[in-house]
Amino acid sequence: MKYKDYYGILGIEKNAGVPEIKKAYRKLAHKYHPDVSKEPHAEEKFKEVAEAYETLKSPEKRAAYDQLGSYQPGQDFRPPPDWQKQYSDTHFSADDIDLSDLFAGLRGGRFHARQDHGKISMPGEDYEVAVHITLEEAYRGTEVQLDLSMPEFDEQGLLHRAPHVVKARIPKGVTDGQRLRIPGKGGKGFNGGRNGDLYLNIVLHPHSLFRVSGHDLYFDLPLAPWEAVLGTSVDVPTPGGPVRLKVPPGTHAGQKLRLGKRGLPKPRAGEGDLFAIVQIAVPGVVNERDRALYQQLAEGSTFNPRGHFEQELKNESRTH
Amino acid sequence: MKVELTEVLWLDEQEQLSLTELAGLSGLSEAELHELVDFGAIIPLDPGAEPLGFRADCVVTARTACRLRTDFELDAQGLALALTLLNRIHDLEAQLRDLSAQLPHRP
Repeated sequence: MKYKDYYGILGIEKNAGVPEIKKAYRKLAHKYHPDVSKEPHAEEKFKEVAEAYETLKSPEKRAAYDQLGSYQPGQDFRPPPDWQKQYSDTHFSADDIDLSDLFAGLRGGRFHARQDHGKISMPGEDYEVAVHITLEEAYRGTEVQLDLSMPEFDEQGLLHRAPHVVKARIPKGVTDGQRLRIPGKGGKGFNGGRNGDLYLNIVLHPHSLFRVSGHDLYFDLPLAPWEAVLGTSVDVPTPGGPVRLKVPPGTHAGQKLRLGKRGLPKPRAGEGDLFAIVQIAVPGVVNERDRALYQQLAEGSTFNPRGHFEQELKNESRTH
Repeated sequence: MKVELTEVLWLDEQEQLSLTELAGLSGLSEAELHELVDFGAIIPLDPGAEPLGFRADCVVTARTACRLRTDFELDAQGLALALTLLNRIHDLEAQLRDLSAQLPHRP
């Protein structure tokens, strides 16, 4: 079992009173609560903070925790020989149990195996996991394997952490932020209580080309100035394979060209759209011949891209 | 050991939950859910209907509510306010992501 310094986690002295413990918890909860925090690793930090608070706010748990002794955070340790006798009627192996699982079972000054406690049925815990998939996987649908670790009682009534592998089919149609539920694949229920559920939070990896907005996709389409003016047809990539896109004459920078139903599939039917956002690309280096052609165009063209400035400039000169 | 492939359930507007189902999935009581509906923090399919029905994605909001209530020891009014503000932040973040996706990224 790995030691956790609950006092250190909350940033308080060992003789801190309950009001100080509460104050420290609230301050850290505001900072790290995963529902409100944008801090990196907020969820793991909040779990530590909540676990420390749950233990130290209860005089019984705090006394039992203090009796464990002091170690370095993360150091492997075993409770003193008389500790288990004094505090626990639950059998556990110190090698594969987490301190939080142990303290979660303390009631009435002793730790209880939940399955023996008055034979009350209890539902298993729900779990939430982030599932990272690529855009291509979201487009086609995929299968993921989730390697989880959950506390459970074995056949001998020993409490320990057990690996819990779930293989789930992610259907096509998911997009970034989509939540899915797998009933009964969370923590095991006790005494006939239902198993908890597993919630999946889909996170799409950023794609090198496509940007995601719901089920619509956007990508940049660079065009040469003459392609934008004269119009053209270009082969463009889509998640379902390349297609030919007709660019109409007079296309301007920033214009969105829609490729209907070429975005991500929607959950039950239909598809999002794919949008090409036009950019006018200019060469970084111009050779002599091209320069001459541009020069010829500049001298011969009547096009004024800043025509709308002229009225504004006239107005300004009148006021000054 | 062979691991069986599991099918998932969608949590979206197409799936519906009863008040009892939402309470069972979220950890909130039916009375607490009624309070959050009264404060406008959770929107039922038809506010006039009895019993109330909800879109399945309400379970995400309701589970958040349950966590906030427990972790911050909030009363119903504080919880409703926090949820309303969080929902507003999520909506604005989604708008920001959508707008960012539409902006050209390369010069």
